[in-house]
Amino acid sequence: MATPLLEVRDLGVRFTTRDGQVTVLDDVSFTLERGERISFVGESGCGKSMTALALMGLLPAMGQVSGGSINFKGEDLATASEARMRQIRGNEISMIFQEPMTSLNPVFTIGRQIAEVLQLHRGLDRRTARARAIDLLEAVRIPNAAARVDDYPHQLSGGQRQRVMIAIALACEPEVLIADEPTTALDVTVQAEIFALLRDLGAKLETAIILITHDMGAVAQMAERMLVMYAGRRVEEGRVADIIKAPAHPYTRGLIACVPHISTDATRRLERLPEIDGIVPPITSFGRDACLFAPRCGRASEVCHGERPAPAGVAGHKAHSVACWHPHEGGA
Amino acid sequence: MAVRAGYALALLLAVVILNFTLIHIAPGDIADTIAGDMGGATEEVMAQIRADYGLDKPFPVQLGIYLGNVVRLDFGYSFFFNTPVTSLIAERLPATLLLVFTAQIFALVIGVVLGVISARRPHGLLSHFVTLLALFGYSAPVFWTGIMLLIGLSLLLPLFPVAGMIDVALIDAPLWRQYLSVAHHLFLPALTLASIFLALYSRLTRASMLEVLGADYIRTARAKGLSERDTVYRHALKNSLGPVVTLAGLQFSAVVSGAVLVETVFSWPGLGTLALQSILARDTPTILGILFFSALVVIVGNLLTDLALRLIDPRIRGGGG
Amino acid sequence: MAGDLKISEPEPQAPRAQHPFREVLQMFVGNRAAVVASVILMLIVLAAVFGPILYPTDPFEMVWAPFTPPGTDGFILGTDYLGRDMLSGLLNGGRVSLTIGLVAALMSVFIGISFGALAGFYRGVVEEVLMRITEFFQVLPTLLFSMVIVALFGASLTVVTIAIGIVSWTAVARITRAEFLRIRELEYVTASRAAGASNMVLMTRVILPNALPPIIVQAALMVGSAILFEAGLAFLGLSDPNVVSWGQIIGSNRTYILDASFTVTIPGLAIFVTVLSISLIGDGLNDALNPKLRRR
Ligand SMILES: Nc1ncnc2c1ncn2[C@@H]1O[C@H](COP(=O)(O)OP(=O)(O)O)[C@@H](O)[C@H]1O
Ligand SMILES: [Mg+2]
Repeated sequence: MATPLLEVRDLGVRFTTRDGQVTVLDDVSFTLERGERISFVGESGCGKSMTALALMGLLPAMGQVSGGSINFKGEDLATASEARMRQIRGNEISMIFQEPMTSLNPVFTIGRQIAEVLQLHRGLDRRTARARAIDLLEAVRIPNAAARVDDYPHQLSGGQRQRVMIAIALACEPEVLIADEPTTALDVTVQAEIFALLRDLGAKLETAIILITHDMGAVAQMAERMLVMYAGRRVEEGRVADIIKAPAHPYTRGLIACVPHISTDATRRLERLPEIDGIVPPITSFGRDACLFAPRCGRASEVCHGERPAPAGVAGHKAHSVACWHPHEGGA
Repeated sequence: MAVRAGYALALLLAVVILNFTLIHIAPGDIADTIAGDMGGATEEVMAQIRADYGLDKPFPVQLGIYLGNVVRLDFGYSFFFNTPVTSLIAERLPATLLLVFTAQIFALVIGVVLGVISARRPHGLLSHFVTLLALFGYSAPVFWTGIMLLIGLSLLLPLFPVAGMIDVALIDAPLWRQYLSVAHHLFLPALTLASIFLALYSRLTRASMLEVLGADYIRTARAKGLSERDTVYRHALKNSLGPVVTLAGLQFSAVVSGAVLVETVFSWPGLGTLALQSILARDTPTILGILFFSALVVIVGNLLTDLALRLIDPRIRGGGG
Repeated sequence: MAGDLKISEPEPQAPRAQHPFREVLQMFVGNRAAVVASVILMLIVLAAVFGPILYPTDPFEMVWAPFTPPGTDGFILGTDYLGRDMLSGLLNGGRVSLTIGLVAALMSVFIGISFGALAGFYRGVVEEVLMRITEFFQVLPTLLFSMVIVALFGASLTVVTIAIGIVSWTAVARITRAEFLRIRELEYVTASRAAGASNMVLMTRVILPNALPPIIVQAALMVGSAILFEAGLAFLGLSDPNVVSWGQIIGSNRTYILDASFTVTIPGLAIFVTVLSISLIGDGLNDALNPKLRRR
C-alpha cells in the first residue's frame, strides 16, 4: 500500500490551566490502514480519549494540539480549519462514546438523531433520511426498527442506545470509526454483542476502527494491531498476536497479566493494575524527560529515571516497537 | 392531565371557600358599606339589605348558596358598579390576560436569549450585564420601574402613550389599526412587568445552559459535525429550557400580583385596577370574583406550564398524569 | 477511645456547623460587592434609626412651597406636592419600611420553617396536607390577597405586616422541606434517634441547625421582598395612613411626575438601593455558605 489512510506522527497535546501548561499527549505516533482495526490500551488517564478527541478536533477548550501531524488521506487534520473538521466529523471519521445512557439527546427521537447526520452530510431530505434511519436501525439489529424509530432514548436499554450510537456513527459510512470504551458501561453479554456488531459492520463497510479499551480480551478479539499508552505516550505498538505472546514493555506485561479481569462490575474503571504497584503519575509530570513508568517498574535503573527511552524495533517481529530501556526479550 | 385538572378545580374551590370565610369573619358587611354610602340607614333598612344579600342566613348556608352560584359562574351583583360581577370581570379579564401573558412571553424570550448568549461566554461582558440586570429586576419596585419608564419614554420622549389600552379616537377605525394601537399601549406595561422576571429567567437559562453544554450528548452533536450554532440552539437549548419553564410556571402568582401594580401605574383597564377600586369601595362580591378569577389565571398558567414541559421533555410525557 | 468502655455513650455529635463561622465570615468578606452592600445597608439602618431624632421635622407637616427642588431653600431633598419635607419623609419612611420588612420576613420564615420541617420530618399524610396548603398559597395571587386582608381588617402596621408575612412563606417551606428530607436520612440523625432523642429534639436541635444555610440565604432575600411588598401596598394607598413609608410617598406623588419627578424618583431609589444591598448580601451569604456552588 502507498500511503496509509491515517498517519499520526509525533502528536502532542497540551492543556492550558491556571497553573500553566501541562502536557497531555507526548509524541504519539501510529498508522491506520483502510479497514484495519487498531486498539488503544492503557490505564485510565493515559491519554487514550484525548488522542481520539484530537483526531476529531474535539479537544476540550483548554486543550490544543502542540505538535506533530494527523495525516488523513493527504490532509493534515491538526491544522485543518474548524469548517473542514465539521465536514469530516460524523462523515469520514466518527466516534462513539463510553456512556450510551447519556450520549443521546433525551429530547429528540432516535430516528431524528440518526437522520440528522444524513441530512447534514448527505443532503438527504427528511423523508429519505428517516427511511435510511430505519434501515440503519435494522443494520444495528434493533428489532422492529420501523416502530422504534420514533422512540426517545429513555425508552431504550443501554445496549440499544449504544447500537443507536453506532447507527449514527456509521450512517455516512465513514472511513474511520473511533469507539471509546463503547462497552464499559454495559452488561457482559451485551458487550460481546456490541463487539460482534462493530466487527461485522466495520468489515462490511470497510471502516477502519480504533477501539479504545481496558479489556485485553476485547483487544484480542477485535483488533489486528494495538498501541499501548502510558502517561500520554506510546510505550509499545505492534500486532496484537505478537504483543500478547511476547510483550516487550514491562507495563504491557502487567496489563496482560490481568486479562482474567473481565468483571461483571464493568462500569467500574480499572483504577490501578493489580499486577503493577502504584498509579499513573500526575498529569503535571507527563512531559518529563524520563521513562514515566520507571517508579512502578521492577526493572528500572538509573537511566530510566533520567532519560526518555526512544521507540525501537523489537527483534524478531515486524512492526513491533517498544519505548523502554530494559525491554523483555523473547517469550513472556 | 385529567388528574391535574381535577386537582386544579379543588384548589379553586379552596380559594373560594377561604376568601368567602375571610370576608365573613371580617368586621362589617355589605349592609354597613351600603349604609355608609347612603350616609346612614335605619335598622330596618339594614335588615332589609341583609335579607336581600342573604346575610341573615347561617354561614354554611350562605357559603353553600355562594358556591352554587359560582358553579354557574354567577358571582353576584356589584352594588358599587351597578353591574353583575360576572360581566364586570368579563370586561376586564382580557386586558389582564393580555398583559400577564405578554409579559411572561417577553420575559421568557428575552431572558432565554440573553441567558444563552451569556452561557456561550460565561465570563464575557454580556454575562456580567445579565447579572446586573438580574439584580436590578429583583431589587427595583416594579411600580417605580414603570413610572421611570413612563417619565422617560412617554413624557420626556413621547414614544409611547401614557395610559389606557387603546386610542379612543380609533373606535371606528379598521380592526388592524385598533390592534396596533393596543400593541402600542401594551408595550411599556408588559416590559415593566417583564422586568421583574426577565433577568431571573436569563440567569437560570445561563446556569442550565452551562450545565447542558457539558453533557455527553452535546459532545455527540459535535462529533456528528454539527455547527456550533446548531449544537447550541438545536441540541442544547431545548434541554436547558425545562428548569426555566418550571420557574416561569412558579412565577405566575407573582406575575398577577405585579400586574396589579403595573395596571395601576399605566391605568391599564384590567382586573388589577378593578380590584383596587372594589377594595377601596369594599365591594365584596366584586372582590370575591376577582380573587377567584386571578387564582384561575394562575392555575391555568400552571397547567400551560405543565403542557409546555411535556412538549419539551418526552421523559415527562411518557409517565401517566 | 478504643477499648474505653463507657456506660452512657455520648450523643452522637451532629456536624453542628458544616461551615465554621470564621470560614463563612472570611468567604463573605472576600466578596467585595457583599461587603459594600453591608456597609450601605448599615448606613441606611442607622439613618432610619437615628435620622428622625437628628432631623426632627414632622414628615406630615407642610413646611414650604410644594415641589421645591432638592437643594433649594435648605431642603436637601426638596418638598413634595403638599410642601412636606422629603428628607424627613424618607428618614421616617425608612423606619417603617425596614421594620415591616424585617418583621414580616421573620414571620414568614417562622411559618415556612414550621411547615417545611414538619412536612420533611414526618412525611406521609402530614407532608401531603402541608404541601397541599403550600401549593394553595402558591396559587393565590399574593398581592391581591394581602390587599383584601388589609382592606377587610384595617390598614394598621400590624395588619399590613401579617398580611405580608402570611403569603410569603412558601419558598422557605419548600427549601426547608427539601433540606429536612435530605438530612433526616443522614447517619448522625439515625444515631441521635437510636440514642433516644425525641422528635422535637431531632427536628430543632439535630436537623434544623444543619438545614440552616440555604434557609438563611432565603431569609435574607425575604427581607428584601417584604420591603418591596410593603412598598407595593403603600403605593396603592393600602398601608397605614398614619405613618409615612417609601412606597406611600411614591403613590401619593405619582400624579405629579410632570411637575416634580424627584418626588417619585428619590424614594424609589431608596427602596431600590436597600433591596439591592440585601440581595447582594444574600448572594454573598449564598457563596459563603455553599462554597461548592461558587462557580455559578
Ligand atoms: N476535562 C479535563 N480536565 C482536566 N484534565 C483532563 C480532562 N480530561 C482529561 N484530563 C486529563 O487528561 C489526561 C488524559 O485523559 P484521557 O485521555 O481521558 O485518558 P484515558 O482516556 O486514557 O482514560 C488524564 O490525565 C486526565 O487527568
Ligand atoms: Mg477515556
